[in-house]
Amino acid sequence: MSIANFHPNDLLAILPELALVVLAGVIMTMDIVLAENRKRLLGLTTAVGSFVIIAAAVIFSQPNGELIWGGMISNDMVAFIFRLVFIFAGGITALLSVDVKGVAHKGDYYAIILGAVVGMCFMALAADIIMLYLAVETTGIAGYVLAGYVHRSSRSAEAGLKYFLFGAATSAVMLYGLSLVYGFTGETNLTAIASVLASGKVGISVILASAILILVGVGFKIAIVPFHFWAPDVYEGAPTPVTGFISTAAKTAGFAVLIRVFITGLTASEYWLPILVALAALTMTIGNLLALAQKNIKRLLAYSSIAHAGYALVAFVALSELGVAATVFYLMVYVITNLAAFGVVILVSRSGAGEEIAGYAGMSRRSPYLALAMLVAFLSLAGMPPLAGFFGKFYVFAAAMKAGLVWLALVGVLNAIIGLYYYLVVLKVVYVSPPQEGALAIEVPRAYSFALVILSVGIVLLGTAASPWFEWALSAAQGIF
Amino acid sequence: MEMGFPILSIITLTPFAAGVLLLLFPAERKREIRITALAAASLTLILSVVAYVSYDMEKAGYQFVEKFTWVDTLGISYYVGVDGISLPMVLLTGMVMFTGVLISWGIDDRPREFFAFLFILATGVFGVFVALDLFHLFFFYEIAVFPMYLLIAIWGWKETREYAAMKLTLYLFIGSVLALVGMLAMYFISGLGTFDMIALENADFSFAFQKFWFPFVFFGFAVLAGIFPFHNWSPDGHVAAPTAVSMFHAGVLMKLGAFAALRVGVMLLPEGARFWLPLIIFLALINVIYGAFVAMMQRDFKYVIGFSSVSHMGLVILGVATLNPQGITGAGLQMFSHGAMTALFFACVGIVYDRAHTRDIPSLGGMASKLPFVTVAFIIGGLVSMGMPGFSGFIAELPILIGLWNAGSVTSEYFIAPYYTWIVIIAVVAIVITASYILRAVHRVFFGEMPVEFEGHISQSTWRDKIAIVMLAVVLVALGVFPGLMAPLISTGAENVMAVLGGM
Repeated sequence: MSIANFHPNDLLAILPELALVVLAGVIMTMDIVLAENRKRLLGLTTAVGSFVIIAAAVIFSQPNGELIWGGMISNDMVAFIFRLVFIFAGGITALLSVDVKGVAHKGDYYAIILGAVVGMCFMALAADIIMLYLAVETTGIAGYVLAGYVHRSSRSAEAGLKYFLFGAATSAVMLYGLSLVYGFTGETNLTAIASVLASGKVGISVILASAILILVGVGFKIAIVPFHFWAPDVYEGAPTPVTGFISTAAKTAGFAVLIRVFITGLTASEYWLPILVALAALTMTIGNLLALAQKNIKRLLAYSSIAHAGYALVAFVALSELGVAATVFYLMVYVITNLAAFGVVILVSRSGAGEEIAGYAGMSRRSPYLALAMLVAFLSLAGMPPLAGFFGKFYVFAAAMKAGLVWLALVGVLNAIIGLYYYLVVLKVVYVSPPQEGALAIEVPRAYSFALVILSVGIVLLGTAASPWFEWALSAAQGIF
Repeated sequence: MEMGFPILSIITLTPFAAGVLLLLFPAERKREIRITALAAASLTLILSVVAYVSYDMEKAGYQFVEKFTWVDTLGISYYVGVDGISLPMVLLTGMVMFTGVLISWGIDDRPREFFAFLFILATGVFGVFVALDLFHLFFFYEIAVFPMYLLIAIWGWKETREYAAMKLTLYLFIGSVLALVGMLAMYFISGLGTFDMIALENADFSFAFQKFWFPFVFFGFAVLAGIFPFHNWSPDGHVAAPTAVSMFHAGVLMKLGAFAALRVGVMLLPEGARFWLPLIIFLALINVIYGAFVAMMQRDFKYVIGFSSVSHMGLVILGVATLNPQGITGAGLQMFSHGAMTALFFACVGIVYDRAHTRDIPSLGGMASKLPFVTVAFIIGGLVSMGMPGFSGFIAELPILIGLWNAGSVTSEYFIAPYYTWIVIIAVVAIVITASYILRAVHRVFFGEMPVEFEGHISQSTWRDKIAIVMLAVVLVALGVFPGLMAPLISTGAENVMAVLGGM
């Protein structure tokens, strides 16, 4: 890998990001031009545009594994997969927003989503800590605005503020960690940092301190224990499509940074690995245990998403090709599955049934297909075959076992049981409890049924024909070791 | 490796495809839904029978083999084939699925979802019985377990369904994930880079490894076979489940546990099996005795059958634990015989309950006058259960007892060797207890005076019910009279197991 000089092809490499920015501009323009009653087109355009960009990226922007743009960007397979996941999540989020009151007809809402996606893409691409920090901040600020977007709702405003305060504080700590790294190695490029560290010139305490400080920032992004406190409140208060977006894409972007910083950069793993192993076990356990007591579906999914970050971390701490591949695959699965779950939550909230789990009573009688989508999503989260979550967990535990972390795998599988319990409790309400008096079928606009069908088919596809997707993730992992 | 007509794949996947198809039907077309379900079940049954009769016993070994790469990098394949032990289980599943659909005809609450979930479960069951790949086995094992939660929680007995469904699911999943960890350990330690079970049979795991991991795998799966002290979920689950699900559950699913414990635990970790043998025999013996005594104490008709399953599954595990050809043949026969018998029992109980709306044995009576078919069928089931000669129970239990008797002289290095005679005697006593609770149930439920409140309420059984129970009863008698229909086949399977276990 060499730091290549500028080449026109480098533009092609970041074509998806350029196209996203253009798309955001188009949306803003449409916002001004379109009549009020046609503003539904904004969300649809964002979604269709995102899917077109994915297709274009696959055709024109295949990675070559090189460092480009003066070593700022690593055009490799890991980044490529993550970027496609982010753009996909952004597109689905837009699709799931088109009939949600408060956000549906706002051009700037969709433009900010696209901005956040661009930020996430650069988080995955970053090969340099300066680029990395800029991308983290871009994503973060877009996220704070989105969480507080419905500013007339006090809950949403509170969510935005809370997200901002936690985010700003943790990213400042992270910046300090990054500055320590720069100060002691004299390098900003992650590969260069790794070679300085390998020479043994930097003391243990510095590596450990900077690793911990950076972990604070990353830990906030991926919402692992003990940096998870913001998640339930923000998830509950933010507009539901935004919650879906933050819990999937933003978390995944955090993992991209984790992989970049800790596998490419701070290679001296013996210092920070024990910390991450312990956090993985704690995150799974605490996330799942707290989820048990939840009565609100968004809070439940918040705690479940904390637990899922724990599983992904279990694979990561294996620090192997299989481990990183399992992490990447797990995140792909998790994004698709959780978006499906939030898609159902959005529809139920729209119908006026609220966000309490009790409001889901009798859904299978009122809307059998929506209930089925929820069944698919929740059982996938629980890790049941033939759904995607099963393969996701299987690879995770396989990676842990291969690395000799038998106890961590055992903690993981027992956590999967706790998870199964609370997912089943929700499904019990959906399938067993009688519907409330006068409850009607839940209206499902066509955009939503389209999104849910795509996601459900994706969940089954990744749960049966998992092989090509996993090979893809594995090729990405092989590129960084 | 022959690659002819993919009969096992079609058997496995037909129920799943039918389940998905059913979900596309409009919910109110209940008649069409039932007919489609019956058609799919019939097709599956016919194919299972075809597979059963066209298995070449001369050649023995795994037949109808199909193998496709699934996940190349981890050596996972879609790999199916049946031997003398798994083939009867496939036939049994086909029978229980077919009779289960007939018995469930009257389900009026969301029949579309009911049959879809039941069929997804059936695919899981078939998938496990035909699996030759460890991952494949586990994948379908999980598919077989989770629909159970929904089937019990939605269509079960209102009083206990939510509790029983959750208890069952959690028990089984704790078992299965522990087995998963054990399986992953085998995969990585073997260094073969494959989940192919036939390859793993020759992996030469160290004794220390086998000793450590055997309990994870064996007990992980044996939870589903209802081994003491992990049997607690089973009677509650049986009772809370709707009739067809009880039939599936006790008839087939518990065999899934025993089968997987044998296939993965004993066959891949034979040294571990030998080490843990005394404990397994001890626990299985408790199953046999305790299950029978508790069954005797029950007032609830369905709990009687539920605990009798705990008792009979103990015999299956005892047969497996003999680690000799007679015992394993007996275990295979007992799995089939008990599966058909208990499906028959639950069908009868379900028919009685649907009419009397109570399962309290003392308040029932005189059903024989209105339900002669059911009465005869139940008595046949009862005779099987008591191990009467001429019925399938006898030809299944006898080899188990002989195997146990012989095991004493072979495994002489173990401290329990001198006590095998006593184990046989205790197991025989349990069969006597079985007679007492079965005869009591027959007497109280079917004979005597019919209580006044039932007069005029007890309708005849439908022709669909009759087809189902006659079919199961005929199989039980036929197997008892002509053991040659199945015993030689199963003993080829047992030899297959013995070949893996090596010089016992």
